[in-house]
Amino acid sequence: MRAPFVSRRTLLAGAAALPLLPRAGRAAMPRRGGRLTVAADSEPPNLNPALVASNGVFFVASKVMEPLAEASYDGPDGLAPLLATGWQGSADGRSFTFGLREGVAWHDGKPFTSADVAFSAMEVWKQKQNLGRAVFRELESVETPDAHTAVFRFAVPTPGQLIRNALPALTAVVPKHLFEGTDIMKNPANRQLVGTGPFRFAERRPGEYTRLVRNTSYWEQDRPYLDEVVYRVLPDRAAAGNALEAEEIQLAAFSAVPLADLERIGKVPGIKVYSNGYEGLTYQLVVEINHSRKELSDVRVRRALAHAIDRDFVVRTIFRGYARVAQGPVPQHDRVFHAPDVAGYGFNPARANALLDEAGYPREADGVRFRLRLLPAPFFNETRQFGDYLRQALAKVGVDATVVANDSPGHIRAVYTDRAFDITVGSPVYRGDPAISTTVLFQSGLPPGVPFANQYGYANPVVDGLIRQAISTIDDAERVRLYRAFQKQVVEDVAMINVAEFSFITVARDTVLGVSTNPRWAVSNWADVGLVG
Amino acid sequence: MTGLPRPLRLVLRRLAGALPVLALVVVGSFLLLEAAPGDAVDAYLAGIGGGDAGQMAALRAEWGLDQGPLPRLAAYVTALLRLDLGWSSAFERPVLEVVLERLPNTLLLMGMATALALSLGSLLGIVCGARPGSVQDRALSLAAIAVYATPGFWLGLVLIVAFSVELRWLPSGGIETTASGLAGWDRAVDIARHLVLPVLALGLVYMALYLRLMRDGMAELWGQDFVRAARARGMSGRRLVLRHVARNALLPVVTMLGLQSASMLGGSVVVESVFAIPGLGRLAQESVARRDTPLLLGVVLLSAVVVMLVNLVIDLAYALLDPRVGSGGGG
Repeated sequence: MRAPFVSRRTLLAGAAALPLLPRAGRAAMPRRGGRLTVAADSEPPNLNPALVASNGVFFVASKVMEPLAEASYDGPDGLAPLLATGWQGSADGRSFTFGLREGVAWHDGKPFTSADVAFSAMEVWKQKQNLGRAVFRELESVETPDAHTAVFRFAVPTPGQLIRNALPALTAVVPKHLFEGTDIMKNPANRQLVGTGPFRFAERRPGEYTRLVRNTSYWEQDRPYLDEVVYRVLPDRAAAGNALEAEEIQLAAFSAVPLADLERIGKVPGIKVYSNGYEGLTYQLVVEINHSRKELSDVRVRRALAHAIDRDFVVRTIFRGYARVAQGPVPQHDRVFHAPDVAGYGFNPARANALLDEAGYPREADGVRFRLRLLPAPFFNETRQFGDYLRQALAKVGVDATVVANDSPGHIRAVYTDRAFDITVGSPVYRGDPAISTTVLFQSGLPPGVPFANQYGYANPVVDGLIRQAISTIDDAERVRLYRAFQKQVVEDVAMINVAEFSFITVARDTVLGVSTNPRWAVSNWADVGLVG
Repeated sequence: MTGLPRPLRLVLRRLAGALPVLALVVVGSFLLLEAAPGDAVDAYLAGIGGGDAGQMAALRAEWGLDQGPLPRLAAYVTALLRLDLGWSSAFERPVLEVVLERLPNTLLLMGMATALALSLGSLLGIVCGARPGSVQDRALSLAAIAVYATPGFWLGLVLIVAFSVELRWLPSGGIETTASGLAGWDRAVDIARHLVLPVLALGLVYMALYLRLMRDGMAELWGQDFVRAARARGMSGRRLVLRHVARNALLPVVTMLGLQSASMLGGSVVVESVFAIPGLGRLAQESVARRDTPLLLGVVLLSAVVVMLVNLVIDLAYALLDPRVGSGGGG
């Protein structure tokens, strides 16, 4: 049974959501129904977000399978409850208790219970998930005293703050009854997703589209608004912008419309540009440094490189203003952990030249002090462009960098396995807590071959000590203090050079309502997204 | 073999020649992709944003990447002899299933683009060749060169901006309207509408080639004895142009048709990407980016078979058109 087209409830619920909508007037009320077609640039074969925690997977899967909590602009601890309604860590850090939402059903009709959470945590997140294997390594067991309570027991004290920060990205719950006793990696439900979310997985046509349809028995009353979400595969850089203008799609997230086209397309009537809604997925433009290279093992040389970069210019020109200057490894958006008082390396070529002279690398007759291999990551247009800029900037201080371009697998292999680089341009992701994917960039003693981790030969016992101490510190304030000390130390050492923080842009038709309503909007469940009535 | 009819002899001879070519294609493509830095696991981890050492080792073992290149090539060839094209790690599906799904789209695109290039190209070639050196010849030849010098992707983008974004006459991409629910005739019309722009982008570039070939062939023929003889008999006008000159200039055009089928497959990589058409060209590109060797080999093998079949058909047609072909010495 379908609810009446616009019930009083829908109207009231819509009114409650109004403050979140960008300047939505009375006329701009989401209606119930309609299809939202969005641009997609990749089609991950394994769509299970509990196994593969990545934005490409989340973009589709977050509408079908839900985590325990989602990121929020105004909720306590920056969270909004989803499958968990409440959570509490114990004082000794060895247990963490979740109260789970009642009256939730899987898309196949079976009830959602604490057994699903226990199974997901022990069998999937802890053992198989790319991020969960680190965060939940010390998870010993999950007790389920009743159908709606799950108690996580850890072998060593584990900060509740870390668990909370990991909830949006790491805790998508899988249905135990479909995965138990099967080969989890090969389970058909990794493609034909079965979740609790506002949309059900309908079909995928490889190379063409993926289609989701409304979950008519979603736990939140009168949600979702939309009947269908269709992800249309558009591999070409120009395709998303054209399709938006031609009104074949209504929304392009993850900067599918290149920054260079934004100025023009932003002026097209009926098209809106959103630069918020990605704060929880901040990327960092960095220069990774191979510390085992003789010249670069000298901190004066590394500081000189940092002084050679004009960060304001990079933000203004390469990112066209859609980025922020950075100095350290925690972005400013994270007001809890960000250390505002790290040493800054302002643009100062004179200082860079002086430092290089002091380090004993004078300019030779050709004006060159030494030569470097520069490997710009091919992951973004901006990482490639910054590679070209960096080459020029370094030339001005007498460092001759040769740009070596690779495609993604070639880059990963060269930098993180073969370590065949002197400097790179990289783009690590900050995932809401320094312990999730940031400290591995600085921790020493990791085996070669692990990508997006310290393969740089950087080793500082003080930093290793801070990382070790923070991972088992229960007190929130103390943990913050340790991570701030960590930031100051790695910036002092110039372990790598943080240049800018950037995120993505969403371009949408103005008929789409409820865009960018939380800090992980593109990878959240879109229950509140609707079309103008 | 001498007892067999001529076309059948030709088919058998071509098939015997095809096997070493296919073997060469397989080994060559395998080694080329092997020479590229990084493997399928590196590509996968780049896509999902990283993983740990244990997970990577497990994946390499599962995808057979923990063995050296030679054992892998041997295993691939052994399986191939049983007509097993292997498993695609990028799509997590059997290679055969993935490539067969894409083949019809590419064949449709290539077939229609070839038909356009051939028909329009020879037609305009005849117009040019009818009076070489005339104003219309110079204008058309110049226009053809300009189109030929245009990159396919750029032509595609211009067509999209003009006909999809500005005029909104035709869809900007895809093979059909997404999840439209259309069937039968309506669906065929929908697909045809989606194919107009990509077929133009791919076909126009090759059209120039046929135009030049036809025109130059005809220009040469005007000086031949048999044309002069025909003229001396009082023949002129359309009849002379079509029956004597154009007809004889057609043979090299047919030869080019076979050669073009291979290069058009290359051109379709770009056009399929620009127009978001799920075809073999885009699949080849993806398989390289994902270092998915079995998938790349599957695409290359299938393409090689298609090109060979096209050439076989053209040879047969040629043998029918020109009695000198296929009757030589040992044949």
